[in-house]
Amino acid sequence: MTKSALIEKIAGNVEGLTKKQTELVVETIFDSIKEALAKGDKVEIRGFGNFKLRSRKARKARNPKTGEAVDVAPKHVPYFKVGKELREMINKNM
Amino acid sequence: MTKAELSDRIYEKIGLSRKEALGIVEMLFESIKSILADGESIKITGFGTFLVRKKSARKGRNPKTGTELEIEPRKVVTFKPSLHFKALVEKV
Repeated sequence: MTKSALIEKIAGNVEGLTKKQTELVVETIFDSIKEALAKGDKVEIRGFGNFKLRSRKARKARNPKTGEAVDVAPKHVPYFKVGKELREMINKNM
Repeated sequence: MTKAELSDRIYEKIGLSRKEALGIVEMLFESIKSILADGESIKITGFGTFLVRKKSARKGRNPKTGTELEIEPRKVVTFKPSLHFKALVEKV
């Protein structure tokens, strides 16, 4: 499923909400999560999960094409930890 | 940041009441949850993909007591951030 299908699903479920508004809401939510992490903040969505940053150490890697050694600088990556409710939901109908 | 703060953002941007905004934020995450619970993945362009992955049964150990136990096959949700999202936080 993609963002547009998700938007249709939500717009169809909320009375009085147009597709345009739903689009704006969905964009705003995901943009806000990105902005929060870009500031180093953490986002907690109860029942769904948490978004936070994880740090990655500097490492030496190789260019797979040339075999040349390259230094990879330390960096942060987005990390999602699944919430308890969602984790349990996924395994209900196995 | 929490659901309440996300709702405030919606409230500021669109002409919805705080209560309506919170309702929609909740609706969004509930929708994503039910899609994932059906075993389907969701791709949010510019943000990332939520994937449902199957894990097969394996033998594990209780790290405290050392007793061997069977870990049942299960499903897990993983998030693969988009290149854009990764680039955004790389240098934080």
